[in-house]
Amino acid sequence: MKALIDALGPLWGSLAGIGLSLVYMVVVLLTVAFILWFDRKVWAAVQMRKGPNMVGPVGILQSFADFIKFVLKEIVVPSGANKTIFVIAPIITVVTSFLTWAVLPVAPGWVLSDMNVGILYILAVSSLGVYGIIMGGWASNSKYPFLGALRSAAQMVSYEVSIGFVIVCVLLVVGSLNLTDIVNHQKAGIWDWNAFAFIGALMHGGSPAKMGMAFVVGLILFAMSVVFFISALAETNRPPFDLPEAESELVAGYQVEYSATLYLLFMMGEYVNIVFMCAMISILFLGGWNLPWGEVTNPFLGFLVLYVKIWAMFFMFAMVKAIVPRYRYDQLMRIGWKIFLPTTLVCVAIVGAYVAFFGGNA
Amino acid sequence: MSSEIIDKTFDEAIEAAKEPGKRNFNINFGPQHPAAHGVLRLVLELDGEVVERVDPHIGLLHRGTEKLLEYKTYLQGTPYFDRLDYVAPMNQEHAFCLAIEKLTGIEVPRRAQFIRVLFSEIGRILNHLLNVTTQAMDVGALTPPLWGFEPREQLMIFYERACGARMHANYFRPGGVHQDLPEQLLQDIYDWCDPFLVACDEIETLITDNRIFKQRNVDIGVVDTQTILDWGFTGVMVRGSGIPWDLRKSQPYEVYDEMDFEVPVGKNGDCYDRYLCRMDEMRESVKIMKQCIEKMPQGPVLPENSKFAPPRRAEMKQSMEALIHHFKLYTEGFKVPAGEVYAAVEAPKGEFGVYLVADGTNRPYKVKIRAPGFAHLQALEHLGRHHLLADISALIGSLDIVFGEVDR
Repeated sequence: MKALIDALGPLWGSLAGIGLSLVYMVVVLLTVAFILWFDRKVWAAVQMRKGPNMVGPVGILQSFADFIKFVLKEIVVPSGANKTIFVIAPIITVVTSFLTWAVLPVAPGWVLSDMNVGILYILAVSSLGVYGIIMGGWASNSKYPFLGALRSAAQMVSYEVSIGFVIVCVLLVVGSLNLTDIVNHQKAGIWDWNAFAFIGALMHGGSPAKMGMAFVVGLILFAMSVVFFISALAETNRPPFDLPEAESELVAGYQVEYSATLYLLFMMGEYVNIVFMCAMISILFLGGWNLPWGEVTNPFLGFLVLYVKIWAMFFMFAMVKAIVPRYRYDQLMRIGWKIFLPTTLVCVAIVGAYVAFFGGNA
Repeated sequence: MSSEIIDKTFDEAIEAAKEPGKRNFNINFGPQHPAAHGVLRLVLELDGEVVERVDPHIGLLHRGTEKLLEYKTYLQGTPYFDRLDYVAPMNQEHAFCLAIEKLTGIEVPRRAQFIRVLFSEIGRILNHLLNVTTQAMDVGALTPPLWGFEPREQLMIFYERACGARMHANYFRPGGVHQDLPEQLLQDIYDWCDPFLVACDEIETLITDNRIFKQRNVDIGVVDTQTILDWGFTGVMVRGSGIPWDLRKSQPYEVYDEMDFEVPVGKNGDCYDRYLCRMDEMRESVKIMKQCIEKMPQGPVLPENSKFAPPRRAEMKQSMEALIHHFKLYTEGFKVPAGEVYAAVEAPKGEFGVYLVADGTNRPYKVKIRAPGFAHLQALEHLGRHHLLADISALIGSLDIVFGEVDR
C-alpha cells in the first residue's frame, strides 16, 4: 500500500492516503455497528431473551436505528458544566480510538502506516483515550460522573502497565516493534502462533536445553495471552471491570450527563476500542491473518481470516459481559498491581533471559 | 516581583492545606438510583470510596396505609396489605386475617388453612427469587434476574388462576380464602415444583461459586447477635447469622406444625450467607408446597357462619335472609369485639406483624403494621459504615427491602 501511495506522487499520494483512511474508518464503523448488534444478541441469548429483533431481519439494522435516534436527539449540556471541555471530551475519546487503527495491518500488505514502532505508537495513543473520560467526568460538574472519572483514570493507568509488559514479552520473542513482522513471525501454522508457541517449541527441536527453554517461553506466552485478554477487558471498561460506568453504584459513571450525539461518541469510541483490542489479540497471539495450517499471502483472504478472528474474540468479550458480576474498586486495583504486574514483570525477565542466552528469535 | 507572587501563593496553598476546610464528599444515592430498589434515598458521606455515613431518607412511597385502615371496614382493609410488600402480597394479608380471626374467634376451615400455607410459600419463593437475583444484579451480574423471572412469572400465573389478579390478590379473607381453587391448579403447581428445583440449581451455577460474586459478598455487612437484638432483626437477617429463628417453627400458625421442613441457617451473617439461606429456603418452600398439595383435604374454604363469610350465590336466589347477609357484609361489614391483639407471620422478609386495636365497631380503631424491612433498613448506617461504596449496593440487595412496606 505504501508503494502505491509513493508511486502516485506527493499530491495524489496524499489524497489516496486520505481516501484509504476513510475506507478504513467506514469499515471499522460498519464492523462496530454489527458487532454492537452481535453483542446484544449474545447477551440476550444468555439471558433467554430475543434481543433486538424489529429493525431489519433478526434486528440486524438495530445499530443504525439507534444511530439515527442519537443524532436526532437534542444535546443537553448541564448548566453547571464547562461547555467547551464537556463537548471536547467525547470527541477525544472517539478520535484516539480511531487513531490507533492507523498502524494496524489488516491483511498482508494492507496497512495505512507501516511504522517500525507501531506498538509504541499504539501504546502512546491509546493512553490518551483516558483523557476523554476524565475530562468528560470532570466537566460535567456532577458527583457521579466525577467519581466515575476518578475510577476510570486509576483503572486505565493500572492496566496499561500490565498490557505494556505483555506486549514487551511478545516483542522480545519476535524481535520487532512492527505489527506486520509480528504476524509474519507466526505464519507457519497454529503451533507457531504466539498463544500456542509451546507446541511449536517441541516440534522445532534443537538442543534439549533450548527446546526446554523455548517450551517454557511458549507457556509464558500462553499465560500472557490470557493476561492480555483480561487487561483488555479492563482497558476497555467491559464487565467485570466496568467500574467507571457501574450501573448499581454510579448509575452510568462519567456518561451520566451525556445525551444524544455526545453520548453516541463515547459509546462509539468504546466499541471501536473493543474491536481494536480484539484485533490486537488476534495479531499478537493468534497469528493475525494466517490460517491455522499455514501462511496466507492473498490480502483478501487474509483480511477475511483476521475478521473472523476479531469476531471470535469479540464473542468471548460478549460472553464475559453476560456472565460475570463486577469487581469492587479495591479488588480491581489489587489484581492490577499485586497480581498482574509482578507476574508480567517476572515473565518479561524470563523471556528476556531466553532471548539473551539463546539469541535471536524463538 | 514575580517571585513574591509565587511565594505568596505557595504559602497560601500551605495554609489552605492546614485548614480543616477539607471535607468529605456527600452524594445522594437515589431516589432515582438503579440500585435503590424503588425509592430509597441515601445521603452518603464518602471519604474517597469509603462510606463514612449512611443516612437513609424514607417516606417517598408513604400512602398512609395505617390511617386509611381506620376508615375502612375490615373486609375493605385487606387489599391494602397487598400493597405493602408487593413482592409477596398474600403473606401480608395473612397477618391481618390472623389478627381479625384471633379477636373474633372464627375457625378457619382446614382446606383453607392448607391453601393459605400453600400460597404463603409461593409468596416466599416469589420474594426470594426476586431478591436473590437482584442481589446478583446489585453486584453487577445482569443475567440471573432474567433467569429468575421465568419461574416467577409462572408463579404469578398461579396467583392469577387462584384469585384473578397477578399481584394484588386480596385472596385471604378473615375466616379463610375468598374462593376455592380451580380443579387443575393443584396438579399444575405440583408439576411446577421439580423443574423449579432444577432452575434453582441453574441460577446457583451462575453465582454461588462465582469468585467475583463471593469476593463481593463474603464478609460484607456482617450481622452479629447484638446487632440482631439491638435493631430488631427478623427473618433471614437472623437466620443468616446462624440463629434458627422462624415463626413457622417457634409458634406455628395454620398447619405449619404438620409440615416437615428445615430452617436453613447461615454461619457468618454476611451478605453471602444470607444469599445462601434464601436459596435454601426456596427449596424448603417447595417441600412445604408439595406436602400441602399431597395432604390437601376437601371441604369448604370459608366458615359457614354468614356473619363473616358471604352466603353462596345459589342460596341468595332463594333465601331472603342470605341476601340480607350478603348486603350487610359488603356494606356495613362485620363487627369485631373490642380488644387488642398482635398477630404475626413469618413473611419472606422477616416477622410481619399486625397490632390490631378494635373498639367493637365494624372498623379497626388502630392498626399498627410491623414491617420487617423497616427494621432492617434503619440498621444500614450501622452495617454499612466504613464499607466501600460498592458494598452499599450489595448490602441493600441483601437487606431485602421493598418500599411498599417500609414507607407504608
